[in-house]
Amino acid sequence: MITLDVNGKKIEVSVAADTPLLWVLREELQLTGTKFGCGEGICGACTVLVDGDPTRSCVTPVETMQGRKIVTIEGLPDTHPVKRAWLEQEVSQCGYCQPGQILAAAALLQSRPAPTDTEIDSAMGDNLCRCGTYPRIRKAIHQVASETKGGGK
Amino acid sequence: MNGIIKLDRRYLLKTGVALGGGLVLACYFSFPSPAGAAEPPAPFAPNAFLRVGTDGSVTIINNKSEMGQGVYTALPMIVAEELDCDWQKVRVEAAPVAPIYNHTLFGSQVTGGSTSVRTEWQRLAQAGAAARAMLVAAAAQTWKADPAACRTAKGQVIHPDGRRLSYGDLAAKAAKLPVPAEVKLKDPTKYTLIGHPVHRLDSPAKVNGSAIFGIDVQLPGMLVAVIARPPVFGATLKEFDDKKAKAVPGVKAVVAVPAGVAVVAERFRPALQGRDALQVEWDEGPGATLSTDGLRRQYAALARTPGAPARREGDVAAALARAAKTLEAEYEVPFLAHAPMEPLNCCVDLRPDGCDIYTGTQMQTGARDTAARISGLPPEQVRVHTTYLGGGFGRRATPNSDFVAEAVQVAKAIGKPVKVIRTREDDMRAGYYRPFWYDRITAGLDAKGGVESWRHTIVGQSIMASTAFAGSIKDGIDDTSVEGASDIPYAFPNILVDLHTPTLPVPVLWWRSVGHSHTAFVVESFLDEVAHATGRDPLDLRRTLLAGHPRHLGVLELAARKAGWGKPLSPGRGMGIAVNASFGSFVAQVAEISVSKSGAIRVHRVVCAVDCGRIVNPDTIAAQMESGIIFGLTAALYGAITFKDGRVEQGNFDDYPLLRLDETPQIDVHLVPSSEDPGGIGEPGVPPIAPAVANALFSLSGARVRSLPLTPDKVLAAQAKG
Repeated sequence: MITLDVNGKKIEVSVAADTPLLWVLREELQLTGTKFGCGEGICGACTVLVDGDPTRSCVTPVETMQGRKIVTIEGLPDTHPVKRAWLEQEVSQCGYCQPGQILAAAALLQSRPAPTDTEIDSAMGDNLCRCGTYPRIRKAIHQVASETKGGGK
Repeated sequence: MNGIIKLDRRYLLKTGVALGGGLVLACYFSFPSPAGAAEPPAPFAPNAFLRVGTDGSVTIINNKSEMGQGVYTALPMIVAEELDCDWQKVRVEAAPVAPIYNHTLFGSQVTGGSTSVRTEWQRLAQAGAAARAMLVAAAAQTWKADPAACRTAKGQVIHPDGRRLSYGDLAAKAAKLPVPAEVKLKDPTKYTLIGHPVHRLDSPAKVNGSAIFGIDVQLPGMLVAVIARPPVFGATLKEFDDKKAKAVPGVKAVVAVPAGVAVVAERFRPALQGRDALQVEWDEGPGATLSTDGLRRQYAALARTPGAPARREGDVAAALARAAKTLEAEYEVPFLAHAPMEPLNCCVDLRPDGCDIYTGTQMQTGARDTAARISGLPPEQVRVHTTYLGGGFGRRATPNSDFVAEAVQVAKAIGKPVKVIRTREDDMRAGYYRPFWYDRITAGLDAKGGVESWRHTIVGQSIMASTAFAGSIKDGIDDTSVEGASDIPYAFPNILVDLHTPTLPVPVLWWRSVGHSHTAFVVESFLDEVAHATGRDPLDLRRTLLAGHPRHLGVLELAARKAGWGKPLSPGRGMGIAVNASFGSFVAQVAEISVSKSGAIRVHRVVCAVDCGRIVNPDTIAAQMESGIIFGLTAALYGAITFKDGRVEQGNFDDYPLLRLDETPQIDVHLVPSSEDPGGIGEPGVPPIAPAVANALFSLSGARVRSLPLTPDKVLAAQAKG
């Protein structure tokens, strides 16, 4: 048995220790918002937050996740500024990569509340989107940053 | 659009008070809903495209697949506009397979060809208007008022004295009224939704992770399968040893199916491990000799011989013979994979008495009929549940429904519900590519540099030949092979466009913008060559040649003006322009680029002007132009599927890279206001970008690269030559 902390809940799963976290989330926990895109950690569709850091769950053995705090798209509150900005800027097209994009953006804004374009490039460059929603991803991140500033934080 | 329109009764299948009538409205989009909320009763279902609930909710039954293009918003907007309902209460349901949901031109249920808004506008507007008329009649009866004196707004009928009844309250009564034979559609100047930016109905589910794609479907007792596929197209299975595969814990079965050898397991991971452990031998057949280098030589030789004429005007041979000067060039573009972010997959629950298919498909009727054929069930016992599509771009529109067929075959072999998942490598290597094209093009110039003749020979596989539309090929011409070339708008007195259609074992398919993805690059690049060779400004030459084509000119002038065409650029920057008409829309793009010392192109800014006729949702138009440009830039800079020893050399995003956020230019989209018929929007943004970038490269450095992608080695080689 492996004990995981997913979206604030302690969950026990009985799987092979080297099973990628992605498939544990999707197949054992029915958290299907985390997507399979490439299986090699290249595209970022499987991005989740592990202790706040964006992590490629498709190449992360589940055994290494014990004692770590995992947040998936389902665990990010709907009131989260990144989710709201994504709706406001109408980022999604097919939507498949967006959970990964949103979590990567949330992590970026957590560490850099007002990121520069260069910082956005570096934090988001490895999350691929075939629909080409990148201009709106950038806008949505800037929107969150400006709201944060506006809020006097 | 305006005025009295005779209603076609076919569109108005009245279902009566209860849904139990068993007509097409019976809802069976039944995979687990994360919300899980029970829908209130919806007594009013005046036609196949909408129902109104007692709570005033309006469900639009959508016969088009949502793959990112915004069709789950645009089509409901058309219904809601005429229905005058509360947009906040509109939801969408995927249509089942039924004749009423067929594409109005293609004769089966299909999403493709950038046709959804163009073909559905009329009947959806009528569906909404008819429902509104019945709700008004119900209110007027209740009030004993004149229906003509009542008006509607936001889901309410309003009496002249100000009394109101909500659509929810009226639904049951309206359901008992006759469907009107004629309806009056709104005056477009009164539109409150159409033409305005409206938030997408699918966004909330896509942002909170609850949107269900095919790969997310879970059925009780479902197994997961991956398929070991032949390494070469046309190869056949010789033998396999499944001993080691079956020894993997969790593997339940190993079965041979036409697509290869399926390893079926309780979960994805053991299925994959089982496949790794499987030993398979293939008879590779003649496909094993295929190589891109060999193909290029074969195609280049063909391009020097006459093909089947697609357009012949004047006498090109005579005009070329007397030309003061001729320009000639050869172009090529590679095979391309669609590479949607969601790898192909399909979930099948096959039972003796029925079959349920859960997948993201662009061709529901084909999926149903394929499943019926393989299972032996009558088509009416096969139900197709269309999920969200994690990208389509044409790949989920295989006429043989390849990804559905293999899943039904596995389900049939194992007798249990199963989800077949392709890995990224499976998805990229198992075929259906944009064809490899090779073109030879010649222009004959008169003494003043005017283009007197234009000869364009195209070599490449036919897409239509292997589809149900093969009958559309006439006199050796598949229109999708020559579109954008045979219909060039430029005023040349002598034109010959001809086509060679070799056959190869490589399966090909429509890839976002189809023939235009290749012809726009060739035509617009070569026209740029003509401009530079004759000392003309590329915009100015197009202006001269496009007299009488106001919509081409309109987008060209707008894009050029917004881009600052002709004004001095920063050092190290170059600008290129291209224009194309496809799928009923007109698009011009100006690209501003720089080139690194190592030959890598950086696109800094793209200015795009689009005239797509009447607009439903302007924000979606802008989004689809951005999307098409970025999709097209991936092809312009990176995309290539190549063969060696019959094997596809690419497998994942490391060797088939997509444009990344940090490489994405600033994109400015400008809309030409228009009252013309609506054009398509999902595809027309793609074609102009590759030639715009290639033309910018030439204007910057004198380097003409005539083959895609525009890789650094080609750029450096062209610079050395230029």
